[in-house]
Amino acid sequence: MQVKGQTWTYEKKPVILGASSIVGPEEGEGPLAEDFDFIYDNIEINEKTWEKGERRLLEDAARKALEHASIKEEDLQFYVGGDLMNQIISSSFAARKMGVPYIGVFGACSTSMESLAVASMMIDSGAAQYAMAGTASHNCTVEKQFRYPTEYGSQKPPYAQYTITGAGCSVVSAQGDGPHVTHATIGKVIDLGVKDPFNMGTAMAPAAADTITAHMRDTGRSPGYYDLIVTGDLAAVGLPIAKELLKKEGIAMEETNFMDCGLMIYDRDRQKYVLSGGSGCGCSAVVTYGHILKRMKRGELHKVLVVATGALLSPLSYQQGESIPCIAHAVSLEMGG
Amino acid sequence: MTLPDSRSNSKVSSMSPDEYKTIAKKHEPPRSILKNCLKAFFVGGLICLIGQGIQQFFMSVFDMSTKEAGSPTVAVLIIISVILTCFGVYDKIAQWAGAGTAVPVTGFANSMCSAALEHRAEGLVLGVGASMFKLAGSVIVFGTVAAFIIGIIYALLGTGGGG
Repeated sequence: MQVKGQTWTYEKKPVILGASSIVGPEEGEGPLAEDFDFIYDNIEINEKTWEKGERRLLEDAARKALEHASIKEEDLQFYVGGDLMNQIISSSFAARKMGVPYIGVFGACSTSMESLAVASMMIDSGAAQYAMAGTASHNCTVEKQFRYPTEYGSQKPPYAQYTITGAGCSVVSAQGDGPHVTHATIGKVIDLGVKDPFNMGTAMAPAAADTITAHMRDTGRSPGYYDLIVTGDLAAVGLPIAKELLKKEGIAMEETNFMDCGLMIYDRDRQKYVLSGGSGCGCSAVVTYGHILKRMKRGELHKVLVVATGALLSPLSYQQGESIPCIAHAVSLEMGG
Repeated sequence: MTLPDSRSNSKVSSMSPDEYKTIAKKHEPPRSILKNCLKAFFVGGLICLIGQGIQQFFMSVFDMSTKEAGSPTVAVLIIISVILTCFGVYDKIAQWAGAGTAVPVTGFANSMCSAALEHRAEGLVLGVGASMFKLAGSVIVFGTVAAFIIGIIYALLGTGGGG
C-alpha cells in the first residue's frame, strides 16, 4: 500500500465481491427502490423497538452481502462496522450474532466509507482474505437519540434532513469479480462553527470539499477522471455549498457528475417530509452498495468516487453549545483493471 | 510504507467561521416568517375555538358554570391531542402549523405523550416514568418559577395573591 498525503493507494486493488442494501418503507417509495435487495413495509422492521429494528437491518444486510459474495460466514475473517447509536450498539450487537472478529468504527454518517477503507486496507495488507464493511441507520433511533421523540410536534426547518432507514454491507476480497477499491482518502475533522444540529448539510459541506481537494491533490487526478462523484448526505443545502467551496479551491467539478446520496434516495417533490433530503450512516451505504455498484456492474459507470460525510456531534455537545465537527472519507471505486 | 508527507492545505481548512457563515447564508432556504405566523395564528385559534365549543357543550348539556366547565374542557383537548399523537398525526400537523400546535395545551400533551411512547421501550420506570417529562419538565419548572415571581410581585404591591 502506498501513502501520499491523506490517501491510501491499494496496490492489490481489493474487490467488492458482494454487497447488499436493505431499507425501510420510505426509501422503498423513493426512486432507487428497484436497486435495493429488500424493502421492509413497516418502519418497525418487524421488531418491538427502533433499536432492535436497526440491528435487524444490519444483520439482514450482512447475511445478504455474504450470499452475494458466495462465501460462507465461517470464511469471513473480519467485520468492520459502525453506526450512529451511542456505543455503536447496532453494529456490536449484530456482530454478536455473526460470531466474526469485529472492529467497531465510528465516523457518524461517514462510517460507510470509513469501514470500507479499513476493510480494504486489511485485504491490501494481507491481514485478511475476506473482510466485511457495514453500517446502518434508522430514522427513529436517530431522532430519538439526537433530537426529539419521533411523535413530538416540533416544526423542522426547511434545511433539516431525514435520516434514512437502511443498512448496507460489502464483502471485500483480494481476488474475484467486481468493482475494485483503488484509493481511500481519509478526511480531517473540519469545523467551521455551525451549531444548529438541524443544519447538517451546511456543517458537513466544508469537510467534503476538503477531502475531495485532498484526494485530487494526492492522486494527481482531476474530477473528470471520475464518471460520478457522490457525497454522502449533504442534501439540497449542503451540495451547492460544497460546489461553491470546491470552485474556490480550483477543483473543476463541472467535469464530472457531482451528486449527493441524500438527494438520490428520495424524490423530494413527492416525499415532502424528507425536507432537504436524506442523511444517516445508511444513506451513502445503501446508495453505494445498492444503486451505484449495480450501475457499475451494468457498465453504466466505470469510475466513481464516494465521499461519505459525517457530523461528529453528540446530543451532549450541542446542548453545551459546541459547534459541529465534521469529517468526510472518500473511496475510489473502479470497474475492471 | 512511508509516512504522510503532506497535509491538506485547502482553503476550506483555513477559512474562518465568519467567512463561511456568509457563504452558507446565501444557500440557506428562506423561511417565510409571515406565512408561519399566519398558519400559527389560524391553527392556534382553531384549537382554541374547538376548546370553546367543548366548553359550551359542557355548559349547556351538563349545566356547568364557565369555571366548572374549564377542567373537563382541558381534559378533552388533552385526550384528542394524545390520540392524534398515538396515531402519528400530531407531528405532521405540527410541521405545517408550527407554533399553532405547540403553544396550546394540546402541544403540552403531545410533548408528554410522545416522550412516553418513545421511551416505553426502556420500561415503565426508567422509560415512561423517567422520560415522560423530558420535554414538558422545563415548561413546568419555568412555569412554576414564573408563577412564584409573579406571586411575590402581587404580594409586594399589596394587591393580594389572587382570588
